[in-house]
Amino acid sequence: MQRPSPVPPSRKPLSSPALVSSNAQLAPDPDGGLAGPSMDRLDQLEAQSIYIFREAFARLKKLALLWSLGKDSNVMIWLARKAFFGRVPFPALHVDTGKKFPEMYAFRDHYGKEWELDLRIEPCPPIDAVDPTLPPAARSAARKTEGLKMALAKYGFDGLIAGIRRDEEATRAKERVFSPRGLEGGWDVRDQPPEFWDHFNASPPPGAHLRIHPILHWTEADIWAYTQRENIPIIPLYLAKDGKRYRSLGDADITFPVESNAASIAEILVELAETKVPERSGRALDHETEDAFERLRVAGYL
Amino acid sequence: MNMIVANRPVAPAATSSRPLVRIVIVGHVDHGKSTLIGRLLHETGSLPDGKFETLKAVSERRGMPFEWSFLLDSLQTERDQGITIDTTQIGFRTPHRDVVLIDAPGHAEFLRNMITGAAQADAALLLIDAFEGVRDQTRRHGYLLHLLGVKQVAVIVNKMDRVGFDRQRFQAISDEISAHLTGLGVTPTAIIPISAREGDGVGAASKRLGWHDGPTVIGAIDQFEPARALEQLPLRLPVQAIYKFDDRRIVAGRIESGHLTSGDEIVIMPAGKIAKIRSVESWPATSLRERHHAGHAVGITLDRELFLERGDIIGHTNSAPRATKRLRARIFWLHDEPLTAGSAILVRLGTKESRATVAAIDKAVDPGELSNAASAAIARNHVGEIDIALAQPVAVDIHTDNPHTGRLVIEVNGRIAGGGLVIGIDAAQRATPIDIVPMESALQPEERAARYHHRGAVLWFTGLPGAGKSTLARALERRLFQSGGSPVLLDGDTLRAGLNGDLGFSAKDRSENIRRLAEVAVHLARNGHIAIVAAVSPSTEDRAAARRIAGDLFREIYIATPAEVCESRDPKGHYAKARAGNLSGFTGIGNDYEAPHASELTIDTSHRAIAEATGDITRMLSRTGVLLDTVADLAAS
Ligand SMILES: Nc1nc2c(ncn2[C@@H]2O[C@H](COP(=O)(O)OP(=O)(O)OP(=O)(O)O)[C@@H](O)[C@H]2O)c(=O)[nH]1
Ligand SMILES: [Mg+2]
Repeated sequence: MQRPSPVPPSRKPLSSPALVSSNAQLAPDPDGGLAGPSMDRLDQLEAQSIYIFREAFARLKKLALLWSLGKDSNVMIWLARKAFFGRVPFPALHVDTGKKFPEMYAFRDHYGKEWELDLRIEPCPPIDAVDPTLPPAARSAARKTEGLKMALAKYGFDGLIAGIRRDEEATRAKERVFSPRGLEGGWDVRDQPPEFWDHFNASPPPGAHLRIHPILHWTEADIWAYTQRENIPIIPLYLAKDGKRYRSLGDADITFPVESNAASIAEILVELAETKVPERSGRALDHETEDAFERLRVAGYL
Repeated sequence: MNMIVANRPVAPAATSSRPLVRIVIVGHVDHGKSTLIGRLLHETGSLPDGKFETLKAVSERRGMPFEWSFLLDSLQTERDQGITIDTTQIGFRTPHRDVVLIDAPGHAEFLRNMITGAAQADAALLLIDAFEGVRDQTRRHGYLLHLLGVKQVAVIVNKMDRVGFDRQRFQAISDEISAHLTGLGVTPTAIIPISAREGDGVGAASKRLGWHDGPTVIGAIDQFEPARALEQLPLRLPVQAIYKFDDRRIVAGRIESGHLTSGDEIVIMPAGKIAKIRSVESWPATSLRERHHAGHAVGITLDRELFLERGDIIGHTNSAPRATKRLRARIFWLHDEPLTAGSAILVRLGTKESRATVAAIDKAVDPGELSNAASAAIARNHVGEIDIALAQPVAVDIHTDNPHTGRLVIEVNGRIAGGGLVIGIDAAQRATPIDIVPMESALQPEERAARYHHRGAVLWFTGLPGAGKSTLARALERRLFQSGGSPVLLDGDTLRAGLNGDLGFSAKDRSENIRRLAEVAVHLARNGHIAIVAAVSPSTEDRAAARRIAGDLFREIYIATPAEVCESRDPKGHYAKARAGNLSGFTGIGNDYEAPHASELTIDTSHRAIAEATGDITRMLSRTGVLLDTVADLAAS
């Protein structure tokens, strides 16, 4: 296994437009905020996510954070450390399909230690154990749902924190921040509870669990701008090499790179401001049939 | 595939300084909400590559003409039934705004999902089908927008193609909905005729709607403003948790309004405990901001070990929220079972939860109906006003004083079942059990008078800050005590730290402050003590109320020191602060002190030494039968 080569957290401020505009609004406002909003957008997103983390920690008994090693779940870990003053007070669960990129495993082993995570690595069952009526890539992805169910049964978590976002995919856009799952782990899209004014339904019936989505309201560009601002390490596969990069990281056999020359986060942000290619275009399972993703999610996929 | 040109100076969407506005689209089922969103994304070039083709294929597979609504109606049942079931969100940009569009279902069955979406919005588009006109969900959604606090509303009259782009039809609908919304206290920012399916009036003005001279939908969206954080209001920090991960005891929460800095004097409600903020903690340990504002998630440590818990609200000492066990709220109800008087519920106010009982129900109506017959229970999707008796005291504000700490949700069986606005707080009812039996003292008043040589009385010192009320009150206290009496000093400021710690300086809170002072004072007076109240008490009406409470035990002493003299003394530095604009609600520099005209005694301390003034008071007390002869002689000597 190779040494992790995460993107070096550069300490000097980069002169990208993203950073300049966010820093400009961080300065204390002498008028006590009467002159205008004192928080920029990343501050607002961060504060909202921290609020969600603290609500989850206060209201559930046995939480775990699903650490998929990607850009979104790394931002989540960062936000959890902000919420809890430097530590992540619940286990980080990696449901391992065994088919991730080597760079991802290297990253996990390195940062699991550096961030002092209570890391739990849980395997997934073989492919034969998975619904054979699903199209091939979806069936492969559904292994992860089975792995998740096994982990749930093993530890009895009542809350799983997951880094999905509304802008990724149309059924994720319909999610609640605190999303109840049935006893079988399923998602009842026809009967989601009301959720408003930052009041969350946090009482899962015995044996069932909740999915908690602290970054549901973030966009792909928000994730990158925040990663840049906070110097959060990332897996180098996200940066362009030989004209290609990964926008989304899943299993190596069903995830494909997109054409890109963005070799830095600043360049990724410029690319995102222009592109019309959807983020998950490189995820085979999204494109097999009209309802493939919904079927996966109803069964308990993220 | 897309290509990028590296380092082009475009500000990425995520951190641009353009305002971000969240807009919900509401209205009756099938009036074209999802279609409008699809169209808006198309018109602004925001659809991802390949999406148009996918939607076309999906429509064809179902044997339908092109359906824009399938963009957001992503669930299979939604597409099969042609209706939106759950709310969803999608981002796009107009010339001047970054926008998050929130689609909401129009079917009454899914009102909970409409509320979930609309509660997150800064502004709303209320859609009406030109052919069908205003329907029950149009009215219901209009009402709920108002309850949810969405104040910016533009009305869109859709499907103008179905009525031949007829101006009269538009005008009739426009008049009807304007009247309805105005009745709810909402003024539409615009009323716009469009055809979402065909694109007229969405992004560009249309020839077929040439008679309309108002904005397009995109033009109306560009007028909406993001909701502002509540920075100007008093501090409200609901406690989310207390963490002890290391030797620090961190109180964590999000500032809902106002701001805080380390060193601030705070009060923890509903208990009314006072402390100071020792530090504001963060990770990584860099505090860029001196002051922490509404919207920030913070962690603070206090200067003393106090018991506090999740659900408490931290405020500043002079502007704390109220504490109560009794509330009135205007609510919407989403649960299958109607809400009835006597129902056991769980109430959530910010991070606080308390069991509660519905004490009474009033004005229960269906906001979708035109003529409203009130009923005794609040049925599903209806609204009403309820009185709530809470099992525990809570810290709370009226929603017009603070929209965040003045709203609540109701849970039944662990699921959110309703929500609404706090419209009344019953301070008098707090903590009063129904079956109290007042107990008389074992002693007769004569017995006490024989010992103290005086009868009980309430001496009410009123006057501007710095007039000398406290100084005189203390001098009098000592003189009465030295001659064997039993004086008790009730200083307004001192009592505000404890008994009245939940009160601010609004007119209402000041009245309540005076009421409590008077109640405590009269209790002491009835037990033979001389209660000496020193309080600015600027309002004639409040002093009259105090006199009513104390009856013939009341003696008003007006300290009539001129305002200039008071300001030059400024013993607490309050005048200086108020002049600098740092002390709101301060009596003294305005004309808000209403001088009494019929006091038992008036003293100007700029002309009278303390000893002389004290003599004036004891003489008045003898004259009016409070001091009995012996003690009067002693006191005068
Ligand atoms: N003729 C005409 N039909 C329209 C127009 N806008 C929408 N429609 C049609 O009206 C039907 C309902 O549209 P939707 O967008 O699904 O309505 P909705 O308001 O989102 O409905 P719910 O979300 O279920 O409440 C669809 O068949 C649309 O094609 C319009 O401007 N003209
Ligand atoms: Mg719809």
